[in-house]
Amino acid sequence: MSAITQTSIMEGRSGTFGRLSDFFWRNPKILLFLMLAPPLLWLGIIYLGSLFALLLQSFFSIDEFSGLINYEFTLATYRQLLIPSNFDIILRTVVMAALVTLAAAVIAFPIAYYAARYAKGKWKALFYLGVMLPLWSSYLVKVYAWKLILAKEGILTWVFARLHLTWLLDAWLSLPIVGGNSLSISYTGTFIVFVYVWLPFMILPVQAALERVPGNLIEASADLGGHPAQTFRHVLFPLALPGIIAGSIFTFSLTLGDYIIPQIIGSSRLFIGQAVYAQQGTAGNIPLAAAFTVVPIVIMGFYLWMAKKQGAFDAL
Amino acid sequence: MRSDRSAAAPLGLKIAAAAGLLFLHVPILLIFLYAFTTEEKSYQFPPPGYTLQWLAVAWNRPDVWQALGLSVRVASIATAVALVLGTLCAAAVSQTKFFGRETISLLVILPIALPGIITGIALRSAFSFAEIPFSFWTIVLGHATFCVVVVYNNAVARFRRVSGSLIEASMDLGADGFQTFRYVILPNIGTALLAGGMLAFALSFDEVIVTTFTAGQQQTLPIWMLEELVRPRQRPVTNVVAMLVVLVTLLPILAAYYLTRDGDQVAGAGK
Amino acid sequence: MTTAVLFDKVSRHFGPVRAVDGVDLAVVEGEFFAMLGPSGSGKTTCLRLMAGFEQPTGGHIEIFGETAEGVPPYRRNVNTVFQDYALFPHLSILENVAYGLMVKGVGREERLKAAENALAMVKLPGYGTRRPGQLSGGQRQRVALARALVNRPRVLLLDEPLGALDLKLREQMQEELKTLQKSLGITFVFVTHDQGEALSMADRIAVFNDGRIQQLGTPEEVYKRPQTRFVADFVGSSNVLAPAFVESLGYPARYASLRPEALSLGDGTGSVTGDRKRVTGTVVATGFLGAANRVTVEAGCGTRIAAMVPASQALPEQGSGVTLSFAARDLHLMDEAA
Repeated sequence: MSAITQTSIMEGRSGTFGRLSDFFWRNPKILLFLMLAPPLLWLGIIYLGSLFALLLQSFFSIDEFSGLINYEFTLATYRQLLIPSNFDIILRTVVMAALVTLAAAVIAFPIAYYAARYAKGKWKALFYLGVMLPLWSSYLVKVYAWKLILAKEGILTWVFARLHLTWLLDAWLSLPIVGGNSLSISYTGTFIVFVYVWLPFMILPVQAALERVPGNLIEASADLGGHPAQTFRHVLFPLALPGIIAGSIFTFSLTLGDYIIPQIIGSSRLFIGQAVYAQQGTAGNIPLAAAFTVVPIVIMGFYLWMAKKQGAFDAL
Repeated sequence: MRSDRSAAAPLGLKIAAAAGLLFLHVPILLIFLYAFTTEEKSYQFPPPGYTLQWLAVAWNRPDVWQALGLSVRVASIATAVALVLGTLCAAAVSQTKFFGRETISLLVILPIALPGIITGIALRSAFSFAEIPFSFWTIVLGHATFCVVVVYNNAVARFRRVSGSLIEASMDLGADGFQTFRYVILPNIGTALLAGGMLAFALSFDEVIVTTFTAGQQQTLPIWMLEELVRPRQRPVTNVVAMLVVLVTLLPILAAYYLTRDGDQVAGAGK
Repeated sequence: MTTAVLFDKVSRHFGPVRAVDGVDLAVVEGEFFAMLGPSGSGKTTCLRLMAGFEQPTGGHIEIFGETAEGVPPYRRNVNTVFQDYALFPHLSILENVAYGLMVKGVGREERLKAAENALAMVKLPGYGTRRPGQLSGGQRQRVALARALVNRPRVLLLDEPLGALDLKLREQMQEELKTLQKSLGITFVFVTHDQGEALSMADRIAVFNDGRIQQLGTPEEVYKRPQTRFVADFVGSSNVLAPAFVESLGYPARYASLRPEALSLGDGTGSVTGDRKRVTGTVVATGFLGAANRVTVEAGCGTRIAAMVPASQALPEQGSGVTLSFAARDLHLMDEAA
C-alpha cells in the first residue's frame, strides 16, 4: 500500500479550486445563495415580474375614443367582464372545463386501474409509455389529427356510414347547442378534442393514487360480500379521489386557458383564451385581456385551495 | 401476499382500458396515413390513393426549413438555459434544508401550472412595457422559463436517490467539493439531466401557445403549422410536417424514458 | 502513549437539541475504541465530529495534536466506514477502493495496484471488476473497509458497520476486524448500540446516554463495575437494586448492580457460607435460553431479580419459594446515591 501520510491534517488542494472549495465548505450559505440566485432571478424577474405587470394592467382601462391605455387605477375593466357577452364567454369556458374534466376522469379510470392493478413487468412499461407518448407528442399535431378525423369527409363520417349509422350522426348534429354543420365546427368536436388532449394528464395521477391501494383491500371488500359496484363506490372511488382531483387540476386549468383548440375545432363562439387573444391582439385592449386572464387564475387558485384540503397534492 | 396480482382482470375492464389506449393512439397513427395520401384538397377518408411525392414537395419548401431551423435553435438554447437553472435549483433544494424551499418549488412549477396563455400574454406585455423588440431571444426567454420545471423535476427526483452519505463518503476519502461534484454527483445525476434536457427540448420544440406571444413575425415550426391549421394552404405539406414533428418529439421522449426507467419516473407533469 | 483523538468539552447542539453535550475523551493511538449507546445518545454525532461532517458548537477537538475544528473532512487523514457502506454505485469495486488515491492524484497504475492489495486484505481478491450492486451485504461491508484502509488513515471510524449483517456473519466479521486492527496498528473508533459487540471487540468503551459519556473504561470495568444505573442496565442488563433494598442486605444505602450470572439458585433450605449473601423470594417467571436459563424472582418490596442458572439445573416451578445467593464482592455499589 502506498501514499502513507504521517500528518493527520493534510494540506488541501492548492490552486483556485482548492481554495474555493474550502471557502464554500466553510460558508455553505454563500454556496447556496450562488446556486439559487440564477434560477430565482430568472423566474422572479422575468416570470413573476411579467405576471405582476399583467395584473397591474387589468386595473387600467382603455380610452374608448383614442384606443390608448388610460393609466389610472380603476375597476371599470373588471366591470366589463360582467356584461352579458363577456360573462357568457366565462360561463361557457367553465362549463366546458367541468365537462371535459368529468369525461376525462371516466375514461381515465379503467386505464389507470388496469395499469395499477393488473399490468406488470413488460405490460406495465408498455402502459406507461402508452400514456407518456401521447402526453408528450405534439399538441398541434394532435389537434390536427382530430381535424382530419372530425372533418365532414373524414374518418368518423366514413365509420358511421359503414355501420349504417349516418342517421345517428345527423340526428346528433341537428341538436341545438351541441350540434352544428359538422363535428369539426361543433361544441361536440371541441369537447372531444379537449378530452383527448388532456386525458393523459388525468391517467397518470389516478394511476399513482391507485398504485397505493393495497390489492387485499379490494379482496377484503369482495370477501365481505361487496358487489363490484359497491366495492367501487365505497372502496376504490374514495381512494382514487385524490388522484382524480390532482388530474382535474390539469384538465381544468388547461381547458380554461386554451385558445387554439376552440379556434380550430369548434363553433365561432369564443372561450376565455380566445377572448384574451383577441383583446390583446386585434382589439388592442390589453387591460381587458389582462382582466380576462385573472379569471382562470382566480378559479385555479380556488380550485387548488380546495384540492389541497382534499390532500390531492400527495398524488401528483 | 399479493396474490391479487395474478388474478385475471374482468373482461369489461380489459375492454375499457384497451379502448382508452386506442383512443389515445389512433389519431396519432392517422397522421402517418395522411402523409401519403394523394388527395390534396380535403381530408377524405379512406384516402383515394397513396404517394411519396409530398415528402419531396415538403423537402423543397424553404419556409418549412426555415421554421424547422428556428425551432431547433430555440429549443437548443432554451434547453441549455433550463439545464443550468433547473440543476442549480434542484441541487440547492435537495442538498440543504432552508427556509422557503416549498416556495421555490412552487415558483418553478408555476409557469406550467398556469395556463400557457397567461405566461404568454404576461411576457408579451412585459416586452412591450420594456420596449424590447421581438427577436430570437424573446422566444428563448419564454421557452426557457417553462422548460426549467422539466429539468428540475427530473433532477430533484434523482438527487433524492443520490444519498447524502455518497457525498460524505467522497469528502471523507479526500475529495473536495469540486472533485465530489465531478466524480460522484455528476455521474449519478447525468442520465437524469440528459432525460430532463431531452424532455425540455421536446417541450420547447412543440410549444405554440407562449410562442405566438413572443415570436412577433418569426415562424417556429409549430407556428407555421398553426397558420396552416387556421388557413390551410397546402394540406399535403402540413401532413408531412405533422408526421415529422411526431417523429422528432418521439425520439427524445423514448430516450428519456429509457434513461430514467429504473426508479424515478419521467416528470409526469407536462406542459 | 500518543493521543489520537482528543475531545475537550465538546458540544454539538442542533437548536434546542443537545446531541453532544460537553464530552471529554481521549482515544489512544493504536487502540480499538468503542462508543456504545442507544440511538440518539450522541455517539454517532461524536463520530461525525471526528470525521468532520459536523462542527462542534463548543469545545475543542484535536487529531494527533492538531486542531480539527474548521478543517473539512477531505483534509483530515481520517476515514470512515459508513453504516450503509455508501459505495459509489457508478464505479466498479476496484475504482471504489482506488477513489481516495485517485482524488489525491496517485497515478493510475499505482493506485489500482494498491486497491487490489486492499481487496486481497479484506479477502475479496479478484472482485474488482464487479459493481456494488452485484455484491452481498457482507461483501459490500468488506469493500467499504478496503476503500477506507487503502488511504492508510491515522484513525478509522466505523459507524455501526456490522448492523446490517446477520448474526453468523457479524460474529465472523467481529473477529476479522479485531485481527485486522491489531495487524495494521491503526486506531479504530467504532460506534455501536450492541453491547456484546462493544465488549468483545473494544480495548476501551465509552458508554453514551443523552449526549454525555456515562462511563469510560475497559470492557471489564464497564461490565463489572458500572458507575450509573444506565450503564448497569444497558451493558448486559444487570439487576439494578434500589438503595433501600441494598441497605437491607447490609450495605450502604446506594444504588447497586448485580449480574444475573453472579447469582446461584437454591431451593430455600441449604445454608450459605460467610462471604455469601442470600435473598429469598418467589419465582415469577422462567425463560429457556439454551446454554443457561433465566429465573426471575420477586424478592419483596417490588424488587425483581433475574438470575442465570446453568442448563443442567432443573428450573423451579412458578410461585415456588427459592433462595438466591451471591458472593458479597459481586454486588457492585454505584456512585449514584438515592
